[in-house]
Amino acid sequence: MQKIYTYLIIAGFFVFLAIPFSSFHVLTPNTVHEVIEGSERASLLDNELRSIMGGEIGNLPLQRQLNQAFEVANGSILAKYSLTDEQIGNVAGLMVTNRLNKSSIDSLFSGPEAEFQKSAFSNYGNWLYGKAYATEEASLQVLETIRENINNYEIIPKLGFDRYQKKNIKYGLAKASLTGPSITHPWLTLFLSFGLIIIGTLGLSFAQLIEPAGIKNNDVFKHPATSRKWLGGIIGVFLIGFYIILYFYPEFMISWVAIVDPISYLLKGSGAGHFFLYGFIYTVSVLVMGVRMIIKYRHNRYQIIRTISVMFFQTVLAFLLPEILVRLNQPYFDFKNIWPLDYDFFFDFELNKLIASGQIGIFMLVWGITLALIGVPLFTYFYGKRWYCSWVCGCGGLAETLGDPFRQLSDKSLKAWKFEQGSIYTVLVFAVVMTIGVLYTYFTGASQVLGINTFSMREVYGAVIGAGFAGVIGTGFYPFMGNRVWCRFGCPLAGYMGIIQRIKSRFRITTNGGQCISCGNCSTYCEMGIDVRAYAQKGENIVRASCVGCGVCAAVCPRGVLKLENGPSEDRFEANGFIK
Amino acid sequence: MSKVVIIGNGIAGITAARHIRKDSDHEIVVISAESKYFFSRTALMYIYMGHMKFEHTQPYENWFWNKNNIQLVQAYVTKIESDKKHILLQSGEVIPYDKLILALGSKPREMPLDGINLLGVQSLYSKQDLYLMEINTEGVKQAVVVGGGLIGIEMAEMLHSRGIHVTLVVREDSYWNMVLPAEESQMVNRHIISRGIDLKLSQTVSEIIGDTKIERVILDDKSILNCQFLGITIGVDANIDFLKNSEIETNRGILVDDNLQTNIEDIYAIGDCVELQNPPEGRRAMEPVWYTGRIMGETVAANICHGPRKYEPGIWFNSAKFFDLEYQTYGFVPSSPQDGYDSFYWEDKKSERSIRIVLNTDKTVVGIVSMGIRIRHEVCENWIESGKTLDYALSHLADIDFDPELCRKFEKEVATSNPV
Repeated sequence: MQKIYTYLIIAGFFVFLAIPFSSFHVLTPNTVHEVIEGSERASLLDNELRSIMGGEIGNLPLQRQLNQAFEVANGSILAKYSLTDEQIGNVAGLMVTNRLNKSSIDSLFSGPEAEFQKSAFSNYGNWLYGKAYATEEASLQVLETIRENINNYEIIPKLGFDRYQKKNIKYGLAKASLTGPSITHPWLTLFLSFGLIIIGTLGLSFAQLIEPAGIKNNDVFKHPATSRKWLGGIIGVFLIGFYIILYFYPEFMISWVAIVDPISYLLKGSGAGHFFLYGFIYTVSVLVMGVRMIIKYRHNRYQIIRTISVMFFQTVLAFLLPEILVRLNQPYFDFKNIWPLDYDFFFDFELNKLIASGQIGIFMLVWGITLALIGVPLFTYFYGKRWYCSWVCGCGGLAETLGDPFRQLSDKSLKAWKFEQGSIYTVLVFAVVMTIGVLYTYFTGASQVLGINTFSMREVYGAVIGAGFAGVIGTGFYPFMGNRVWCRFGCPLAGYMGIIQRIKSRFRITTNGGQCISCGNCSTYCEMGIDVRAYAQKGENIVRASCVGCGVCAAVCPRGVLKLENGPSEDRFEANGFIK
Repeated sequence: MSKVVIIGNGIAGITAARHIRKDSDHEIVVISAESKYFFSRTALMYIYMGHMKFEHTQPYENWFWNKNNIQLVQAYVTKIESDKKHILLQSGEVIPYDKLILALGSKPREMPLDGINLLGVQSLYSKQDLYLMEINTEGVKQAVVVGGGLIGIEMAEMLHSRGIHVTLVVREDSYWNMVLPAEESQMVNRHIISRGIDLKLSQTVSEIIGDTKIERVILDDKSILNCQFLGITIGVDANIDFLKNSEIETNRGILVDDNLQTNIEDIYAIGDCVELQNPPEGRRAMEPVWYTGRIMGETVAANICHGPRKYEPGIWFNSAKFFDLEYQTYGFVPSSPQDGYDSFYWEDKKSERSIRIVLNTDKTVVGIVSMGIRIRHEVCENWIESGKTLDYALSHLADIDFDPELCRKFEKEVATSNPV
């Protein structure tokens, strides 16, 4: 029976992988005009894509064709609107002999786009007014720069296709033109891919019920998926690839996005985007692997209740409620996502969105700020950071469910601990500085702080930390470095709560007298890479900034040595005296 | 500064080395034939079951020893020449010492039967035994484990985890009942059976049959068990054979005084290999468990660094895990009813949980045992030390509760139950 479930998972996975290969795109002039704003631009692209209109074309060739079309379209737009060499020559000639002014320049432009060129030049070249240059060469150089600026910042973004528009159009056209199993048989495709994987995983989990309850880590270090062997490698590479495509090249995953269209229509009445697909996979992973976790630890109520908690918060607060809010014309908002983990909470567009949404928006704003500045320290004082990290958080939720099979792969060495301290507090400082910069810009309008552009700062944070670290490395490295890579080395909120947990909190893991036999189960199964045994075998409590309070060390201890508990914050560090 | 040589790198020897380093600048050399680095012997079973790799059983990273200036030598000691104050290694090398600590550990007790040298017959004590077991159990379908102690049940669990059918042969009429009181022992019997082990009580292996490899064993009652593996876990003895011709006095173990010194000055013995000449009240002369090894290591280090220090292990405690059933014990707990002692016993009807509180004639607490429940060492010791009454204990059960948060509480049920 177990074999059948395994085959179901493999089959579902292969269907999932096969979908991009059995999906095509059929482009029509209509789709082009629907997706692209501005009929002139749409027609331009439409013309360039004539050769593939109406025919079936794969995703990759489509993207290639689109890239070419963009290039040609941008080229012809530039040819039409850009300043000609002759016009530049004329202005340059003028600059050597006369001081420039608007009307003298305007008189040099003629032809069908003269009005556009005049206004563009007055926007980008007005600083030349009143200036004269000694040689024509020097003035040509200056004018060349101005032409470049007009091309890049005026013509391409407004009349042609810039980087962002290309990305959106590529994604939009691919989505609108998609045909294949997920379009012709949506529910069947959904069932044969995600459905089979879910059934197989649940089947394998429920099959464990025939074994008696108890810690069952048999063969964890022999299984090819959970011991850094070939299957773990494949899973890791797949996850890393998935995240890179998701964050940086979503236009390539359109056929996967379409699989969850039926769910998206059910939930919010519109088609899915790639982040809906991500949310769906994420939530399903937490739910299905949460069931596995509950079955695995069915003898331990702390684990059961904690797992139900992360399943609830992910499903209701992170996945369903934001979509429902949007459907009710309210801002998309995840009530349990907290700054600085929620690093864009204070970005201008977020603030403007909330402020523009009336009372509920203001409530959300106050809620988010209160939680970050008062809720976090208060709860962390009373319960340790576990109240969030292993009971509420989405990243933690995924780590504790999908990631549970990989928890033993975290590095316990002193070196890793030192690295962790360096990296997590660096990210925390980065997040705080970035947020201060962004708020400074929001309130003053000045985009530079101490010579640093706050927009590029937040862009770097978003790409490197938000997408690269939290996503690609954070989850993609589960099979290599354990399930808490992001939480341990990167999460700024974890860093913030860790400081409180270490300095002033009622939480600790108590060591039971002299009962430790140094077996190492606790350290091995600590997902945060804490060498729990190092404390237990000295009769000391474990009070560490990084501990997320998952409770697995206590669960796997064969001698009843460890207990997570809250108590007076003062005597947490004292050794119990049973071991000298 | 003097030179301290420690033979044996188990918990006793290593604890001694660490504490001597903490309290002095003596030169420290630790010698072991089994492995260069200290590992937790009690964790060997988890390597076999795939819960851990060998490196996970090492409580200290490899750089630790250099950093703390503790020299590790992997070698076999053949002789101690106490008159010349040096030891001899198998390689012929001579290592002089000022102070010598013998932390030799124990070795599996042998069965006086023909056939114990057949392939597939072994004990389990050392790292090497574990690797041997890995080879010996390859492709095995049926196994027999003889011996009703802690290693026996561990071996049964290990084999069972590989899908091997296990028969556990126990000499006593109930598992480990020379230590566990009857009710607890019977709970473990039931637990063993529920885990799919074939438990044969009041039996022992009388004959081992096979050509070059083990094929079957015959029990006392003449029943025949086919098996391709036989585990012999009938106990351990002090590992002192090579001291036979030395000046050091031995009996069942190395005889030591109250300060853990042998009959020869500057030679100490600690851990499993020790036989106390005057055991503290309520304690046995030989107690081969992890905790006594550790406490002896602490004591001998104090002796060497700060002058005479008595071995004072305090109130007895121990713990174990039988498959999924955890066990903790504190103080004096007789295995069978004894004059002058009474006990309160509660057993859960719904799950495998029990608590026993042993009382003396004054009706004060002298011992506590729990099964399937975790209890606090500190509080148990305090109850025993200060002689709390049963009433006090029953109304303060929350103080000893060490179960994980949110678990089903036992306090109310225990306090309101009728004592057995």
